[in-house]
Amino acid sequence: MTILIANQVTKRFGGLTALSALNLEIKERSISSIIGPNGAGKTTFFNCVTGFYQAEEGEIIFEGRPIHSRRPDQITSLGVARTYQNIRLFANMTAMENILVGLHPKLRSTWVGAVLGSPGTRHEEDEAHEEARQLLGFVGLRGKGDIVAKNLAYGDQRRLEIGRALASHPRLLLLDEPTAGMNPAETAEMTAFIQRLRDELGITILLIEHQMRVVMGISETIAVLDYGEKIAEGTPAEIQGNPQVIEAYLGRGAAEVT
Amino acid sequence: MDTQIGFNWRESVRLGLIGGLVALSLSLIGVVETFGGRGIISGVISLGQILLFGAMAGAGYMSARQNPHARTGLNLVGGLIAGLLASLPLIVLVFVAGPINLRDFLPNASPGLLKLLIFEQDQATGSLLLLAVSAVVGLVGAGITLLPGRVRHPLLMGLLFVLMVGLLSEIIILAWGTKGLGLKIRRFMFDKGLSIRGTLLVFLIVAGLNALWGALGGRAQARVSALPAQQQKVLGWGRIALGVLFMLVLPMILRTYLTEVINNVGLFILMGFGLNIVVGFAGLLDLGYVAFFAIGAYTMGVLTSQGELGVAGMSFWSALPIAVAASVLAGVILGVPVLRMRGDYLAIVTLGFGEIIRILALSDFLAPAIGGAQGILKIPKASLGGLEFVAPETLYYLILAACLVAAFVSWRLRDARLGRQWMAMREDEDVAEAMGINLVQTKLLAFAMGAAFAGLSGAIFATKLSSIFPHSFNLLISINVLCLIIVGGMGSLPGVMVGALILVGLPELLREFAEYRLLMYGALLIVMMLSRPEGFWPEESRKRELHEFETEPVLAD
Repeated sequence: MTILIANQVTKRFGGLTALSALNLEIKERSISSIIGPNGAGKTTFFNCVTGFYQAEEGEIIFEGRPIHSRRPDQITSLGVARTYQNIRLFANMTAMENILVGLHPKLRSTWVGAVLGSPGTRHEEDEAHEEARQLLGFVGLRGKGDIVAKNLAYGDQRRLEIGRALASHPRLLLLDEPTAGMNPAETAEMTAFIQRLRDELGITILLIEHQMRVVMGISETIAVLDYGEKIAEGTPAEIQGNPQVIEAYLGRGAAEVT
Repeated sequence: MDTQIGFNWRESVRLGLIGGLVALSLSLIGVVETFGGRGIISGVISLGQILLFGAMAGAGYMSARQNPHARTGLNLVGGLIAGLLASLPLIVLVFVAGPINLRDFLPNASPGLLKLLIFEQDQATGSLLLLAVSAVVGLVGAGITLLPGRVRHPLLMGLLFVLMVGLLSEIIILAWGTKGLGLKIRRFMFDKGLSIRGTLLVFLIVAGLNALWGALGGRAQARVSALPAQQQKVLGWGRIALGVLFMLVLPMILRTYLTEVINNVGLFILMGFGLNIVVGFAGLLDLGYVAFFAIGAYTMGVLTSQGELGVAGMSFWSALPIAVAASVLAGVILGVPVLRMRGDYLAIVTLGFGEIIRILALSDFLAPAIGGAQGILKIPKASLGGLEFVAPETLYYLILAACLVAAFVSWRLRDARLGRQWMAMREDEDVAEAMGINLVQTKLLAFAMGAAFAGLSGAIFATKLSSIFPHSFNLLISINVLCLIIVGGMGSLPGVMVGALILVGLPELLREFAEYRLLMYGALLIVMMLSRPEGFWPEESRKRELHEFETEPVLAD
C-alpha cells in the first residue's frame, strides 16, 4: 500500500524551477531515500510535503488525503513529521521541553486550567512528562532531559530532533541528512536506529542522504533527483548500475560501493 | 624561556592607565569635588575619595586577576604599578591646572578639586602623597585577589555593605533614627555618614555572617539536599511562607518613605512580569509597552473620577476589571497587525504604538474626554471593607496582592503548555508552527497577558496618584521596564524583582545625588552588560533546580 503519492509536483522560485513535474510513490513501512547533487531539489520536496512551501502545480496525497494546500501544523497532526538538514531544535529549551513541544498537538489543556492547576491539566501534564521521558529513553537520551538543547553533543542533538518528531506519533517520518557531520561509528549507530524506527514503531521513513554507505545499506527504493527532475528510481542495485545516475551523480566512485 | 611564568606587565600598565583615566574623568565631571564633603565614614573617607581610590584599587585588582598564576610578589608589584600609573593623570592635572586656567573649558577643574586631590598640601608634597596613596591602594587591590576565598568573600561583602550603609545613611536615619531606641542607635552608628564605631559594627556583622555561611553553608545545603523529596518540598513551602510573611510586615519595618519607594518598585515589578511574558517568554520585542499602562490608568481615571471628566463615578473595584479588559483589548488590537512581523520590525511598530497612545492622550482631539495636557483629576482612592488605600503603608498591600497574582500566573504559565508554546515560538517560529503550534493564538495570548499586567499596574497607579497626566506615560517607562528585565535576567521571575529594585529602587534612594544619578544608572548598565550579560538572576539556574528530580544519574559516557 502506498502512503505518500507525489503527482506532477512543480515548485518554482522566480525563474528557477526547483522541482519539475515530480512523481513519487512511497510504500507503507518502507525505507526510501532521495539522493542527488546539491541543489537538486531534495529539501524543496520535503518542504512541499510538510507544507513549508506550496507547490505551484501537482498534488501530494498522504494516506489518500490531499495535503498540498494544507498548513504545516495540519500536516503534522495528520501524521507527517520531519527533521531538518541544519538541526533546528529549540536551542534554549531543555531536551525534555523540546519533546514536550513535540507532544503539543496531543495536549488539550488551556492556560486557564494551567493557572488554576485543575486536576485535568495536572493529569495531562504528568502523562505528557512520562511519555516524553520514555521518548527520551527511546532515542538514547535517558537522564539528559534537563540539559539545554544547545549544550547537547552533536549526535545527541540529531537524536533529540528525531525524538521531537516522534512525539507527534507520525506514520511518515522525513529525515533530512540524519548522518551529516557524523563519524563512521556514529553513522552506523544512526543507521541502525533508523531501521529500529521502522521495525519497532512501524513508521515509514523517507530520507535525504549523501553518505552512499547509508543509502545503499538501508534503502529499499531510491529516487535520484537532478535539477528538480527525477532521473532514476529503483532498488539500490538498480541505481548503482544505472548509467545516467553514474554520470549525473555517483561518478567514478560508484564502482567502489557495494 | 620563561614565558610560562612570565608576568604580564603590559596588562598592569594598561589597566593602571585606564584606572587613571576613570579617576581623571570622575574628577573633571565634578563628582569627586561634589561628594568630597559627603562622608561615608565620617572624618575618614568621603564618597568622592572612595570613587577616586576605587578606580585605583580596581586597577590593582584587575591587574592581579589578569595574572592568576604569577608569583605573589610579582602580583603585588603589578598592583603597585597599576596604582601608581592610575594617579599619574591626576598629578598631571594638578600641575597643569596651576599655571593654566582650565576652567574655561573644564568648569569642574576648580581650586577646590585640586586641593582635594593633593590632600590640601602644597603641590609637591601633595603630589607625592597622592602617588604614594595610589600605589598603596593599588597594592591593596592586588592583595585582595591573593587572599583565599574564605577570607576574601567576607572582606569584600563587609566593605560593600559599609559602602551601602554609608551611602544610604541619610535615608536610614530618616526612616528609623528619629526617636527612641532608633535615635540611640543612630547616635552610636552615624555621624556624617557612618561613624567609626558604626563602620566596625556593620563590617563585623556582615563579614562574620558571611564567613559563617562560607564555613557551614555548604554542609547545611548538602544536608538539605540529602533529605527525602517530601521533606524538601515542605522546606520549600516553608521558605515561601517565610518570604510571604516577610513581605506582609515589610511596610512596618520600612516606614512611610521607604514604603513609598517600594510601592513604585512594585508597580514596575508588575509591569516587568507582564513584559517578561511578551519579551522574555515569547521573544516579541515590545518597545511601546507603556501604552497598556496608560490605557489601564486612563480607563480607571475616566470611570472613577469625581471631577468633571468622570463619566461613571464607579468605585475602584468595579472599574478595575474594565481597566484590565481595556488594556487586554488594546493588546489584541496591537497584536493583530503585527502578527507577521519579527524582531526589529516588531520593535519599531510597537514603539510607534506607544507614542500614538501618548500623543492621543495629549491631543486636543480627545481633550474633552480625557483632559489633554490637564489630565484627569480627583481619582478616588480604593477602599476595601472600610480600609482606605491612601497611605503608602496600606497601598502597599494592594500592590503586593497584584504582584503576587502576576507572579503566580507567570510562574504557572511558564511551566505549562502555553509557556512552552511561547518559548518554542521565541526559539524558532517556523518549526514551532510545524509542531502544530497556532502562532496567531499564541502571539495574541502573549500580548494580551502582558497588557493585562500593565493595565493592572496602570489602574493602581491612577488611584495611587489621584490624578494622571500624559507626561507620566512617556517612552522612558517602556525602556525602563525592558532594562529591568534585561538586568534581572531575561525570562526569569526573581530577575524581574531584582532588576526593578536595582533600576527603580536604587535611583529613588540616591535622589541626593541629583544629576549624577543617571550617570550612575548608565555606568551600571554598561558594567552589568559587560560583566554579567545573562542578568543578575538568570533563568538557567532555575531550570537546573526545578528539573533536578527528573534527572537520573548519567553514567560515564
